[in-house]
Amino acid sequence: MAEAMRFDLQIIASWIEPDSRVLDLGCGSGTLLSWLKNNKSIHGTGIEQDQDKAADCISRGLTVLQGDLSLEVQDYPDNSFDYVILSQTLQQVYEPANLLSMLARIGKRVIVSFPNFSHYKIRWQLLTRGQAPKNEQLPYSWYDTPNIRVITLEDFRRFARDVGYSIIKEAAINTHHHDKKGHIVHWLTNLRATYGIFLIEKRPSEKK
Amino acid sequence: MTASKQQPRLVTAQQFYTFAEPPDQMLLESGARLGPVTIAYETYGQMSADRDNVILITHAFSGDSHVAGYLADDKEDAKPGWWDSLVGPGKGIDTDSYFVICSNILGSCMGSTGPASINPATDKPYGLDFPMVTIGDMVAAQKALMDHLQINSLLAVIGGSVGGMQVLEWCIRYPDMVRSAVPLATTMRHSALAIAFNEVARQSIMADPNWNKGDYYGKEGPDLGLAIARMIGHVTYLSDEAMRRKFGRRLQDKRDFSFGFDADFQVESYLRYQGSKFVRRFDANALLYITKAADYFDLVDNLTTRESIRDLSGATIKFLVISYTSDWLYPTYQARELVQALKRSSQDVSFCEINADCGHDAFLLPDERLTNLISGFLKGVFNG
Repeated sequence: MAEAMRFDLQIIASWIEPDSRVLDLGCGSGTLLSWLKNNKSIHGTGIEQDQDKAADCISRGLTVLQGDLSLEVQDYPDNSFDYVILSQTLQQVYEPANLLSMLARIGKRVIVSFPNFSHYKIRWQLLTRGQAPKNEQLPYSWYDTPNIRVITLEDFRRFARDVGYSIIKEAAINTHHHDKKGHIVHWLTNLRATYGIFLIEKRPSEKK
Repeated sequence: MTASKQQPRLVTAQQFYTFAEPPDQMLLESGARLGPVTIAYETYGQMSADRDNVILITHAFSGDSHVAGYLADDKEDAKPGWWDSLVGPGKGIDTDSYFVICSNILGSCMGSTGPASINPATDKPYGLDFPMVTIGDMVAAQKALMDHLQINSLLAVIGGSVGGMQVLEWCIRYPDMVRSAVPLATTMRHSALAIAFNEVARQSIMADPNWNKGDYYGKEGPDLGLAIARMIGHVTYLSDEAMRRKFGRRLQDKRDFSFGFDADFQVESYLRYQGSKFVRRFDANALLYITKAADYFDLVDNLTTRESIRDLSGATIKFLVISYTSDWLYPTYQARELVQALKRSSQDVSFCEINADCGHDAFLLPDERLTNLISGFLKGVFNG
Protein backbone atom coordinates (compact mmCIF):
# COMPACT_ATOMS: atom_id res chain seq x y z
CA MET A 1 0.00 0.00 0.00
CA ALA A 2 2.77 2.44 0.97
CA GLU A 3 4.44 1.73 -2.37
CA ALA A 4 1.33 2.77 -4.27
CA MET A 5 1.06 6.03 -2.38
CA ARG A 6 2.65 9.23 -3.63
CA PHE A 7 6.09 9.67 -2.07
CA ASP A 8 5.17 12.94 -0.32
CA LEU A 9 2.16 11.18 1.22
CA GLN A 10 4.45 8.41 2.46
CA ILE A 11 6.55 11.01 4.28
CA ILE A 12 3.44 12.70 5.67
CA ALA A 13 2.06 9.36 6.81
CA SER A 14 5.28 8.63 8.68
CA TRP A 15 4.89 11.85 10.67
CA ILE A 16 1.39 11.06 11.98
CA GLU A 17 1.14 9.60 15.48
CA PRO A 18 -1.10 6.53 15.84
CA ASP A 19 -4.70 7.02 17.06
CA SER A 20 -4.69 10.73 16.22
CA ARG A 21 -7.49 12.75 14.68
CA VAL A 22 -6.60 13.71 11.12
CA LEU A 23 -8.24 16.05 8.61
CA ASP A 24 -7.06 15.53 5.03
CA LEU A 25 -7.92 18.48 2.78
CA GLY A 26 -8.34 17.60 -0.87
CA CYS A 27 -8.17 13.92 0.04
CA GLY A 28 -8.80 12.75 -3.54
CA SER A 29 -9.63 9.06 -3.59
CA GLY A 30 -8.63 8.71 0.04
CA THR A 31 -5.32 6.88 -0.42
CA LEU A 32 -3.63 8.58 2.53
CA LEU A 33 -6.67 8.42 4.80
CA SER A 34 -7.27 4.77 4.21
CA TRP A 35 -3.57 3.94 4.71
CA LEU A 36 -3.56 5.86 7.99
CA LYS A 37 -6.78 4.23 9.10
CA ASN A 38 -5.45 0.73 8.41
CA ASN A 39 -1.90 1.23 9.64
CA LYS A 40 -2.14 3.85 12.37
CA SER A 41 -5.79 3.47 13.41
CA ILE A 42 -6.38 7.19 13.08
CA HIS A 43 -9.80 8.86 13.16
CA GLY A 44 -9.77 10.51 9.78
CA THR A 45 -11.95 12.94 7.91
CA GLY A 46 -11.39 14.03 4.34
CA ILE A 47 -12.69 16.96 2.33
CA GLU A 48 -12.94 16.57 -1.43
CA GLN A 49 -14.59 18.79 -3.99
CA ASP A 50 -15.02 16.16 -6.67
CA GLN A 51 -18.33 14.26 -6.30
CA ASP A 52 -17.09 10.98 -7.73
CA LYS A 53 -13.93 10.93 -5.63
CA ALA A 54 -15.82 11.88 -2.46
CA ALA A 55 -18.44 9.21 -3.15
CA ASP A 56 -15.70 6.68 -3.81
CA CYS A 57 -14.13 7.46 -0.42
CA ILE A 58 -17.45 7.16 1.41
CA SER A 59 -18.17 3.86 -0.37
CA ARG A 60 -14.90 2.57 1.07
CA GLY A 61 -16.02 3.42 4.59
CA LEU A 62 -14.02 6.65 4.95
CA THR A 63 -15.52 9.77 6.50
CA VAL A 64 -15.45 12.34 3.72
CA LEU A 65 -17.30 15.58 3.07
CA GLN A 66 -17.89 16.71 -0.46
CA GLY A 67 -17.22 20.43 -0.60
CA ASP A 68 -14.87 23.37 -1.01
CA LEU A 69 -12.09 22.96 1.50
CA SER A 70 -11.71 26.67 2.31
CA LEU A 71 -15.41 26.79 3.28
CA GLU A 72 -15.64 23.38 4.93
CA VAL A 73 -12.79 24.00 7.38
CA GLN A 74 -14.62 26.95 8.92
CA ASP A 75 -17.25 24.91 10.78
CA TYR A 76 -15.02 22.86 13.06
CA PRO A 77 -14.52 23.79 16.71
CA ASP A 78 -10.98 24.78 17.81
CA ASN A 79 -8.48 21.92 18.06
CA SER A 80 -10.83 19.39 16.49
CA PHE A 81 -7.86 17.57 14.95
CA ASP A 82 -4.33 16.59 15.90
CA TYR A 83 -3.20 17.04 12.31
CA VAL A 84 -4.63 18.95 9.38
CA ILE A 85 -3.04 17.96 6.08
CA LEU A 86 -2.91 20.24 3.06
CA SER A 87 -0.97 18.28 0.48
CA GLN A 88 -0.09 19.88 -2.85
CA THR A 89 -2.88 22.40 -2.60
CA LEU A 90 -1.36 25.51 -1.02
CA GLN A 91 -0.16 26.69 -4.42
CA GLN A 92 -3.81 26.72 -5.58
CA VAL A 93 -5.27 28.65 -2.65
CA TYR A 94 -6.45 32.23 -3.16
CA GLU A 95 -5.86 33.36 0.41
CA PRO A 96 -3.15 31.08 1.83
CA ALA A 97 -2.48 33.11 4.99
CA ASN A 98 -6.16 33.07 5.99
CA LEU A 99 -6.46 29.40 5.20
CA LEU A 100 -3.39 28.47 7.23
CA SER A 101 -4.61 30.45 10.19
CA MET A 102 -7.95 28.62 9.98
CA LEU A 103 -6.14 25.28 9.79
CA ALA A 104 -3.99 26.15 12.80
CA ARG A 105 -7.19 26.97 14.70
CA ILE A 106 -8.96 23.68 14.02
CA GLY A 107 -5.82 21.51 14.21
CA LYS A 108 -3.00 21.34 16.71
CA ARG A 109 -0.52 20.82 13.91
CA VAL A 110 -0.69 21.48 10.20
CA ILE A 111 1.17 19.54 7.53
CA VAL A 112 1.68 21.40 4.26
CA SER A 113 3.29 20.10 1.09
CA PHE A 114 3.77 21.89 -2.22
CA PRO A 115 5.90 21.72 -5.36
CA ASN A 116 9.13 23.66 -4.99
CA PHE A 117 9.30 26.33 -7.66
CA SER A 118 13.00 26.89 -7.20
CA HIS A 119 14.06 23.40 -8.25
CA TYR A 120 17.10 23.74 -10.48
CA LYS A 121 15.34 22.29 -13.56
CA ILE A 122 12.63 24.93 -13.29
CA ARG A 123 15.22 27.64 -12.91
CA TRP A 124 17.07 26.23 -15.92
CA GLN A 125 13.90 26.14 -18.08
CA LEU A 126 13.10 29.72 -17.22
CA LEU A 127 16.69 30.81 -17.80
CA THR A 128 17.26 29.00 -21.07
CA ARG A 129 13.83 28.97 -22.69
CA GLY A 130 12.38 32.09 -21.16
CA GLN A 131 9.02 30.36 -20.79
CA ALA A 132 6.89 29.45 -17.80
CA PRO A 133 8.32 26.13 -16.63
CA LYS A 134 6.53 22.84 -17.14
CA ASN A 135 7.50 19.53 -15.61
CA GLU A 136 6.03 16.48 -13.92
CA GLN A 137 5.26 18.42 -10.75
CA LEU A 138 3.95 21.49 -12.60
CA PRO A 139 2.46 20.04 -15.77
CA TYR A 140 0.30 23.00 -16.77
CA SER A 141 0.66 25.96 -19.12
CA TRP A 142 0.37 29.48 -17.76
CA TYR A 143 -3.18 29.80 -19.09
CA ASP A 144 -4.68 26.62 -17.62
CA THR A 145 -2.74 26.08 -14.44
CA PRO A 146 -4.65 25.81 -11.17
CA ASN A 147 -1.41 26.78 -9.45
CA ILE A 148 -1.88 30.48 -8.83
CA ARG A 149 0.90 30.74 -6.21
CA VAL A 150 4.55 30.33 -6.93
CA ILE A 151 6.18 28.98 -3.77
CA THR A 152 9.70 27.90 -2.95
CA LEU A 153 10.93 26.15 0.16
CA GLU A 154 12.71 29.32 1.22
CA ASP A 155 9.59 31.41 0.64
CA PHE A 156 7.55 29.11 2.85
CA ARG A 157 10.10 29.17 5.66
CA ARG A 158 10.05 32.96 5.69
CA PHE A 159 6.26 33.06 5.43
CA ALA A 160 5.85 30.64 8.34
CA ARG A 161 8.22 32.70 10.46
CA ASP A 162 6.61 36.02 9.56
CA VAL A 163 3.00 34.96 10.22
CA GLY A 164 3.72 33.20 13.50
CA TYR A 165 4.29 29.49 12.95
CA SER A 166 7.04 27.24 14.27
CA ILE A 167 8.35 24.69 11.82
CA ILE A 168 8.47 21.44 13.80
CA LYS A 169 9.68 19.26 10.95
CA GLU A 170 10.48 19.72 7.33
CA ALA A 171 11.39 17.39 4.52
CA ALA A 172 12.66 18.35 1.12
CA ILE A 173 12.04 15.50 -1.27
CA ASN A 174 13.00 14.59 -4.77
CA THR A 175 10.48 12.41 -6.54
CA HIS A 176 10.44 10.34 -9.68
CA HIS A 177 8.33 7.56 -11.26
CA HIS A 178 5.19 9.71 -11.31
CA ASP A 179 5.92 10.88 -7.77
CA LYS A 180 5.47 7.33 -6.44
CA LYS A 181 9.12 6.99 -5.54
CA GLY A 182 11.63 9.45 -4.19
CA HIS A 183 14.23 10.29 -1.63
CA ILE A 184 14.85 12.94 0.98
CA VAL A 185 17.16 15.76 -0.05
CA HIS A 186 19.56 16.84 2.66
CA TRP A 187 21.66 19.61 1.14
CA LEU A 188 20.88 22.53 -1.19
CA THR A 189 17.25 21.67 -0.64
CA ASN A 190 15.81 24.80 -2.22
CA LEU A 191 17.66 23.97 -5.41
CA ARG A 192 17.33 20.18 -5.49
CA ALA A 193 13.93 19.29 -4.02
CA THR A 194 10.83 18.84 -6.17
CA TYR A 195 8.53 19.12 -3.14
CA GLY A 196 8.66 20.56 0.32
CA ILE A 197 6.74 19.15 3.27
CA PHE A 198 6.39 21.12 6.50
CA LEU A 199 4.90 20.28 9.88
CA ILE A 200 4.02 23.55 11.53
CA GLU A 201 2.16 24.80 14.56
CA LYS A 202 1.10 28.20 15.77
CA ARG A 203 3.73 29.69 18.07
CA PRO A 204 2.37 29.53 21.66
CA SER A 205 2.30 33.30 22.11
CA GLU A 206 0.18 33.62 18.99
CA LYS A 207 -2.26 30.85 19.79
CA LYS A 208 -5.42 32.51 20.96
CA MET B 1 -26.38 -6.77 -8.33
CA THR B 2 -28.00 -8.96 -10.95
CA ALA B 3 -28.08 -11.82 -8.45
CA SER B 4 -31.34 -10.52 -7.07
CA LYS B 5 -33.06 -11.21 -10.38
CA GLN B 6 -32.29 -14.92 -10.28
CA GLN B 7 -33.50 -15.25 -6.71
CA PRO B 8 -37.11 -16.07 -5.93
CA ARG B 9 -39.39 -13.17 -5.13
CA LEU B 10 -38.70 -11.58 -1.75
CA VAL B 11 -42.00 -12.06 0.05
CA THR B 12 -42.88 -10.22 3.22
CA ALA B 13 -45.95 -9.78 5.34
CA GLN B 14 -47.24 -6.78 7.23
CA GLN B 15 -47.20 -7.39 10.99
CA PHE B 16 -48.78 -5.37 13.78
CA TYR B 17 -47.81 -4.38 17.29
CA THR B 18 -50.32 -2.76 19.60
CA PHE B 19 -49.32 -0.99 22.80
CA ALA B 20 -50.29 1.96 25.01
CA GLU B 21 -53.57 0.31 25.95
CA PRO B 22 -55.67 2.54 28.22
CA PRO B 23 -55.05 3.58 30.93
CA ASP B 24 -51.35 3.55 29.91
CA GLN B 25 -51.76 5.65 26.81
CA MET B 26 -48.81 7.13 25.00
CA LEU B 27 -47.99 10.68 26.11
CA LEU B 28 -47.53 12.80 23.03
CA GLU B 29 -45.30 15.87 22.67
CA SER B 30 -48.39 18.07 22.62
CA GLY B 31 -49.33 16.75 26.07
CA ALA B 32 -52.27 14.76 24.69
CA ARG B 33 -52.58 11.04 25.30
CA LEU B 34 -53.18 8.39 22.67
CA GLY B 35 -53.93 4.72 23.03
CA PRO B 36 -54.12 2.03 22.09
CA VAL B 37 -51.50 2.56 19.39
CA THR B 38 -50.97 0.04 16.61
CA ILE B 39 -47.84 0.12 14.49
CA ALA B 40 -47.73 -1.80 11.22
CA TYR B 41 -44.30 -3.07 10.22
CA GLU B 42 -42.43 -5.43 7.95
CA THR B 43 -39.09 -7.13 8.45
CA TYR B 44 -36.56 -8.49 5.96
CA GLY B 45 -33.60 -10.79 6.47
CA GLN B 46 -32.47 -12.49 9.66
CA MET B 47 -31.47 -10.91 12.92
CA SER B 48 -27.96 -11.99 13.95
CA ALA B 49 -27.44 -13.85 17.22
CA ASP B 50 -25.78 -10.71 18.64
CA ARG B 51 -28.68 -8.54 17.38
CA ASP B 52 -26.10 -6.19 15.91
CA ASN B 53 -27.28 -6.12 12.28
CA VAL B 54 -30.58 -4.27 12.63
CA ILE B 55 -31.36 -1.45 10.21
CA LEU B 56 -34.44 0.71 10.65
CA ILE B 57 -35.77 2.34 7.50
CA THR B 58 -38.06 5.32 8.04
CA HIS B 59 -40.46 6.16 5.24
CA ALA B 60 -41.43 9.50 3.73
CA PHE B 61 -44.77 11.20 4.28
CA SER B 62 -47.01 9.07 2.07
CA GLY B 63 -44.97 5.87 2.37
CA ASP B 64 -45.67 2.62 4.15
CA SER B 65 -43.95 -0.32 5.79
CA HIS B 66 -43.67 -2.18 2.48
CA VAL B 67 -40.16 -1.07 1.64
CA ALA B 68 -39.16 -3.96 -0.61
CA GLY B 69 -40.26 -7.22 -2.17
CA TYR B 70 -43.79 -8.48 -2.57
CA LEU B 71 -46.66 -9.41 -0.30
CA ALA B 72 -47.92 -12.99 -0.38
CA ASP B 73 -51.22 -11.99 -2.00
CA ASP B 74 -49.60 -9.68 -4.60
CA LYS B 75 -50.60 -10.37 -8.19
CA GLU B 76 -47.95 -11.40 -10.70
CA ASP B 77 -47.75 -7.88 -12.14
CA ALA B 78 -47.74 -6.09 -8.77
CA LYS B 79 -45.05 -3.49 -8.15
CA PRO B 80 -42.50 -4.31 -5.44
CA GLY B 81 -41.99 -2.16 -2.30
CA TRP B 82 -41.14 1.54 -2.59
CA TRP B 83 -37.37 1.16 -2.09
CA ASP B 84 -36.95 -2.22 -3.79
CA SER B 85 -34.08 -0.82 -5.87
CA LEU B 86 -32.02 -0.37 -2.70
CA VAL B 87 -33.32 -2.98 -0.26
CA GLY B 88 -33.20 -6.75 -0.76
CA PRO B 89 -30.87 -9.72 -1.11
CA GLY B 90 -27.55 -8.59 -2.60
CA LYS B 91 -28.70 -4.98 -2.91
CA GLY B 92 -27.32 -1.77 -1.36
CA ILE B 93 -29.05 -2.49 1.93
CA ASP B 94 -28.39 -6.19 1.72
CA THR B 95 -31.01 -8.28 3.49
CA ASP B 96 -28.64 -11.25 3.31
CA SER B 97 -26.46 -9.40 5.82
CA TYR B 98 -28.83 -7.10 7.66
CA PHE B 99 -32.14 -7.40 9.44
CA VAL B 100 -34.24 -4.57 8.03
CA ILE B 101 -37.34 -3.16 9.71
CA CYS B 102 -39.70 -0.60 8.26
CA SER B 103 -42.79 0.57 10.11
CA ASN B 104 -45.68 2.78 9.04
CA ILE B 105 -45.55 6.12 10.86
CA LEU B 106 -47.95 7.10 13.61
CA GLY B 107 -50.70 9.31 12.14
CA SER B 108 -50.62 7.58 8.77
CA CYS B 109 -53.24 5.33 7.21
CA MET B 110 -51.25 2.35 5.99
CA GLY B 111 -51.83 0.07 8.95
CA SER B 112 -50.68 2.19 11.89
CA THR B 113 -52.93 4.24 14.13
CA GLY B 114 -54.01 7.51 12.55
CA PRO B 115 -57.03 9.79 12.15
CA ALA B 116 -58.90 7.09 10.18
CA SER B 117 -58.52 4.58 13.05
CA ILE B 118 -61.35 3.86 15.46
CA ASN B 119 -61.39 6.10 18.51
CA PRO B 120 -62.07 3.74 21.46
CA ALA B 121 -63.91 6.55 23.24
CA THR B 122 -66.56 6.86 20.52
CA ASP B 123 -66.20 3.64 18.49
CA LYS B 124 -66.04 5.87 15.43
CA PRO B 125 -63.03 7.01 13.39
CA TYR B 126 -61.06 9.75 15.15
CA GLY B 127 -61.21 12.34 12.38
CA LEU B 128 -60.08 15.64 13.87
CA ASP B 129 -60.33 14.20 17.39
CA PHE B 130 -57.05 12.50 16.61
CA PRO B 131 -54.39 14.36 18.60
CA MET B 132 -51.66 16.26 16.75
CA VAL B 133 -48.64 13.98 16.47
CA THR B 134 -45.06 15.12 15.88
CA ILE B 135 -42.06 13.54 14.18
CA GLY B 136 -40.84 12.92 17.75
CA ASP B 137 -44.05 11.00 18.52
CA MET B 138 -43.61 8.90 15.38
CA VAL B 139 -40.09 8.04 16.53
CA ALA B 140 -41.24 7.28 20.07
CA ALA B 141 -43.72 4.80 18.60
CA GLN B 142 -40.92 3.21 16.54
CA LYS B 143 -38.87 2.96 19.74
CA ALA B 144 -41.75 1.12 21.43
CA LEU B 145 -41.72 -1.32 18.52
CA MET B 146 -37.94 -1.82 18.91
CA ASP B 147 -38.44 -2.52 22.63
CA HIS B 148 -41.13 -5.05 21.75
CA LEU B 149 -38.75 -6.74 19.27
CA GLN B 150 -36.02 -6.64 21.95
CA ILE B 151 -33.75 -4.54 19.81
CA ASN B 152 -31.54 -2.14 21.73
CA SER B 153 -29.01 -1.21 19.08
CA LEU B 154 -29.57 -0.05 15.52
CA LEU B 155 -26.72 -0.49 13.09
CA ALA B 156 -28.29 2.28 11.04
CA VAL B 157 -31.40 4.40 10.76
CA ILE B 158 -31.96 5.34 7.12
CA GLY B 159 -34.62 7.50 5.53
CA GLY B 160 -35.34 10.24 3.00
CA SER B 161 -37.48 13.37 3.18
CA VAL B 162 -39.86 13.13 6.18
CA GLY B 163 -38.11 9.79 6.79
CA GLY B 164 -34.84 11.74 7.09
CA MET B 165 -36.45 13.90 9.77
CA GLN B 166 -37.20 10.72 11.72
CA VAL B 167 -33.56 9.66 11.29
CA LEU B 168 -32.40 12.92 12.89
CA GLU B 169 -35.00 12.66 15.63
CA TRP B 170 -33.74 9.15 16.46
CA CYS B 171 -30.22 10.52 16.90
CA ILE B 172 -31.42 13.22 19.29
CA ARG B 173 -33.83 11.06 21.30
CA TYR B 174 -32.03 7.74 21.51
CA PRO B 175 -28.37 8.40 20.68
CA ASP B 176 -27.14 5.33 22.56
CA MET B 177 -29.23 3.09 20.32
CA VAL B 178 -28.05 4.51 17.00
CA ARG B 179 -24.67 3.50 15.58
CA SER B 180 -25.09 5.28 12.28
CA ALA B 181 -27.58 7.52 10.54
CA VAL B 182 -28.28 8.19 6.87
CA PRO B 183 -30.58 11.19 6.39
CA LEU B 184 -31.27 11.70 2.66
CA ALA B 185 -32.92 14.59 0.83
CA THR B 186 -34.03 16.10 4.11
CA THR B 187 -33.72 19.11 6.38
CA MET B 188 -33.39 20.13 10.04
CA ARG B 189 -36.57 22.16 9.58
CA HIS B 190 -38.95 23.23 6.86
CA SER B 191 -38.32 26.42 4.98
CA ALA B 192 -41.17 28.87 4.40
CA LEU B 193 -41.36 27.43 0.87
CA ALA B 194 -41.93 23.88 2.15
CA ILE B 195 -44.52 25.05 4.70
CA ALA B 196 -46.24 27.07 1.97
CA PHE B 197 -46.65 24.05 -0.29
CA ASN B 198 -47.96 21.96 2.60
CA GLU B 199 -50.42 24.68 3.53
CA VAL B 200 -51.78 24.88 -0.02
CA ALA B 201 -52.17 21.09 0.04
CA ARG B 202 -54.04 21.22 3.36
CA GLN B 203 -56.23 24.09 2.24
CA SER B 204 -57.23 22.24 -0.91
CA ILE B 205 -58.47 19.35 1.26
CA MET B 206 -60.21 21.57 3.78
CA ALA B 207 -61.87 23.58 1.01
CA ASP B 208 -63.49 20.42 -0.36
CA PRO B 209 -67.08 20.38 0.99
CA ASN B 210 -66.83 16.60 1.39
CA TRP B 211 -64.07 17.09 3.97
CA ASN B 212 -66.76 18.11 6.48
CA LYS B 213 -64.27 19.13 9.19
CA GLY B 214 -62.61 15.76 8.93
CA ASP B 215 -65.79 13.79 9.53
CA TYR B 216 -66.24 11.99 6.24
CA TYR B 217 -65.58 8.32 7.04
CA GLY B 218 -68.27 6.06 5.65
CA LYS B 219 -69.39 8.87 3.36
CA GLU B 220 -67.98 10.35 0.20
CA GLY B 221 -64.56 11.77 1.10
CA PRO B 222 -62.76 14.94 -0.02
CA ASP B 223 -61.32 13.18 -3.08
CA LEU B 224 -60.99 16.31 -5.18
CA GLY B 225 -59.18 18.20 -2.45
CA LEU B 226 -56.88 15.25 -1.76
CA ALA B 227 -56.13 14.83 -5.46
CA ILE B 228 -55.20 18.50 -5.78
CA ALA B 229 -53.03 18.23 -2.67
CA ARG B 230 -51.19 15.35 -4.32
CA MET B 231 -50.79 17.30 -7.56
CA ILE B 232 -49.08 20.09 -5.62
CA GLY B 233 -46.94 17.52 -3.87
CA HIS B 234 -45.81 16.04 -7.16
CA VAL B 235 -44.75 19.44 -8.46
CA THR B 236 -42.49 19.85 -5.42
CA TYR B 237 -41.04 16.35 -5.83
CA LEU B 238 -39.96 17.02 -9.42
CA SER B 239 -37.76 19.78 -10.78
CA ASP B 240 -37.74 22.15 -13.72
CA GLU B 241 -35.28 19.89 -15.53
CA ALA B 242 -37.19 16.71 -14.73
CA MET B 243 -40.47 18.19 -15.95
CA ARG B 244 -38.89 19.58 -19.09
CA ARG B 245 -37.37 16.19 -19.89
CA LYS B 246 -40.42 14.15 -18.87
CA PHE B 247 -43.16 16.33 -20.41
CA GLY B 248 -41.89 19.52 -21.98
CA ARG B 249 -44.89 21.16 -23.62
CA ARG B 250 -45.94 17.92 -25.30
CA LEU B 251 -49.64 17.38 -25.74
CA GLN B 252 -51.52 14.39 -24.36
CA ASP B 253 -53.08 12.18 -27.09
CA LYS B 254 -53.86 15.13 -29.35
CA ARG B 255 -52.22 17.13 -32.07
CA ASP B 256 -53.62 20.53 -31.18
CA PHE B 257 -54.97 22.57 -28.32
CA SER B 258 -58.57 21.89 -27.34
CA PHE B 259 -59.02 25.55 -26.41
CA GLY B 260 -60.75 24.39 -23.27
CA PHE B 261 -59.89 23.12 -19.80
CA ASP B 262 -59.25 19.49 -20.58
CA ALA B 263 -55.80 18.12 -19.92
CA ASP B 264 -54.11 19.24 -23.13
CA PHE B 265 -50.55 19.04 -21.87
CA GLN B 266 -48.93 15.82 -20.77
CA VAL B 267 -47.93 17.42 -17.50
CA GLU B 268 -51.59 18.20 -16.76
CA SER B 269 -52.59 14.66 -17.54
CA TYR B 270 -49.76 13.27 -15.40
CA LEU B 271 -50.74 15.35 -12.38
CA ARG B 272 -54.40 14.42 -12.72
CA TYR B 273 -53.44 10.76 -12.91
CA GLN B 274 -51.17 10.99 -9.86
CA GLY B 275 -53.89 12.84 -7.95
CA SER B 276 -56.62 10.31 -8.66
CA LYS B 277 -54.28 7.36 -8.01
CA PHE B 278 -53.38 8.81 -4.61
CA VAL B 279 -57.03 9.18 -3.58
CA ARG B 280 -57.44 5.40 -3.84
CA ARG B 281 -54.73 4.69 -1.28
CA PHE B 282 -54.42 7.62 1.07
CA ASP B 283 -56.54 9.27 3.73
CA ALA B 284 -57.02 13.04 3.50
CA ASN B 285 -56.89 13.59 7.25
CA ALA B 286 -53.64 11.61 7.47
CA LEU B 287 -52.15 14.03 4.94
CA LEU B 288 -53.24 16.97 7.11
CA TYR B 289 -51.67 15.48 10.23
CA ILE B 290 -48.42 14.31 8.69
CA THR B 291 -47.73 17.51 6.74
CA LYS B 292 -48.35 19.52 9.90
CA ALA B 293 -45.94 17.28 11.84
CA ALA B 294 -43.32 17.92 9.16
CA ASP B 295 -43.94 21.68 9.35
CA TYR B 296 -43.57 21.70 13.16
CA PHE B 297 -40.36 19.66 13.00
CA ASP B 298 -37.33 21.77 13.98
CA LEU B 299 -34.10 20.25 15.27
CA VAL B 300 -31.84 23.21 14.59
CA ASP B 301 -31.33 24.04 18.28
CA ASN B 302 -30.84 20.41 19.23
CA LEU B 303 -28.35 19.74 16.47
CA THR B 304 -26.30 22.90 16.82
CA THR B 305 -25.63 22.59 20.52
CA ARG B 306 -21.94 22.25 21.21
CA GLU B 307 -22.45 19.01 23.09
CA SER B 308 -22.07 16.18 20.67
CA ILE B 309 -24.58 13.38 20.38
CA ARG B 310 -22.84 10.55 22.18
CA ASP B 311 -23.85 7.31 23.75
CA LEU B 312 -22.89 6.38 27.30
CA SER B 313 -19.49 5.04 26.23
CA GLY B 314 -18.73 8.31 24.45
CA ALA B 315 -18.99 6.87 20.95
CA THR B 316 -20.49 9.20 18.40
CA ILE B 317 -22.97 8.37 15.69
CA LYS B 318 -21.56 8.00 12.20
CA PHE B 319 -23.56 10.16 9.81
CA LEU B 320 -23.90 10.02 6.04
CA VAL B 321 -25.84 13.02 4.74
CA ILE B 322 -26.97 12.91 1.11
CA SER B 323 -28.62 15.63 -0.97
CA TYR B 324 -29.56 15.95 -4.64
CA THR B 325 -28.61 18.83 -6.92
CA SER B 326 -32.12 19.42 -8.28
CA ASP B 327 -34.09 18.97 -5.01
CA TRP B 328 -35.86 22.27 -4.54
CA LEU B 329 -38.03 21.08 -1.63
CA TYR B 330 -35.01 20.40 0.58
CA PRO B 331 -32.16 21.98 -1.38
CA THR B 332 -28.51 21.16 -0.81
CA TYR B 333 -27.96 24.31 1.24
CA GLN B 334 -30.23 22.78 3.90
CA ALA B 335 -28.25 19.54 3.89
CA ARG B 336 -25.08 21.61 4.22
CA GLU B 337 -26.57 23.41 7.22
CA LEU B 338 -27.20 20.02 8.77
CA VAL B 339 -23.63 18.95 8.02
CA GLN B 340 -22.38 22.21 9.51
CA ALA B 341 -24.35 21.64 12.71
CA LEU B 342 -23.01 18.09 12.98
CA LYS B 343 -19.44 19.28 12.43
CA ARG B 344 -19.82 21.93 15.11
CA SER B 345 -20.89 19.27 17.57
CA SER B 346 -17.93 17.09 16.52
CA GLN B 347 -19.93 14.30 14.92
CA ASP B 348 -18.39 11.87 12.47
CA VAL B 349 -20.14 13.09 9.32
CA SER B 350 -19.78 12.30 5.63
CA PHE B 351 -21.62 14.28 2.99
CA CYS B 352 -22.28 13.77 -0.69
CA GLU B 353 -24.39 15.80 -3.08
CA ILE B 354 -25.53 13.52 -5.87
CA ASN B 355 -25.93 15.02 -9.32
CA ALA B 356 -29.46 14.24 -10.42
CA ASP B 357 -32.07 16.12 -12.39
CA CYS B 358 -35.08 14.29 -10.92
CA GLY B 359 -35.67 16.69 -8.04
CA HIS B 360 -36.65 15.61 -4.55
CA ASP B 361 -37.92 12.26 -5.84
CA ALA B 362 -34.38 11.28 -6.83
CA PHE B 363 -33.75 9.44 -3.57
CA LEU B 364 -36.50 6.93 -4.42
CA LEU B 365 -35.20 6.14 -7.91
CA PRO B 366 -32.75 3.34 -8.72
CA ASP B 367 -29.26 4.85 -8.62
CA GLU B 368 -26.02 2.94 -8.56
CA ARG B 369 -24.23 5.84 -6.87
CA LEU B 370 -26.65 5.78 -3.95
CA THR B 371 -26.40 1.99 -3.76
CA ASN B 372 -22.60 2.13 -3.60
CA LEU B 373 -22.56 4.97 -1.09
CA ILE B 374 -24.94 3.29 1.30
CA SER B 375 -23.60 -0.25 0.98
CA GLY B 376 -20.00 0.92 1.48
CA PHE B 377 -20.96 3.16 4.37
CA LEU B 378 -22.89 0.34 6.08
CA LYS B 379 -20.01 -2.10 5.63
CA GLY B 380 -17.69 0.44 7.25
CA VAL B 381 -20.01 0.78 10.25
CA PHE B 382 -20.73 -2.96 10.51
CA ASN B 383 -17.09 -4.02 10.32
CA GLY B 384 -15.63 -1.00 12.09
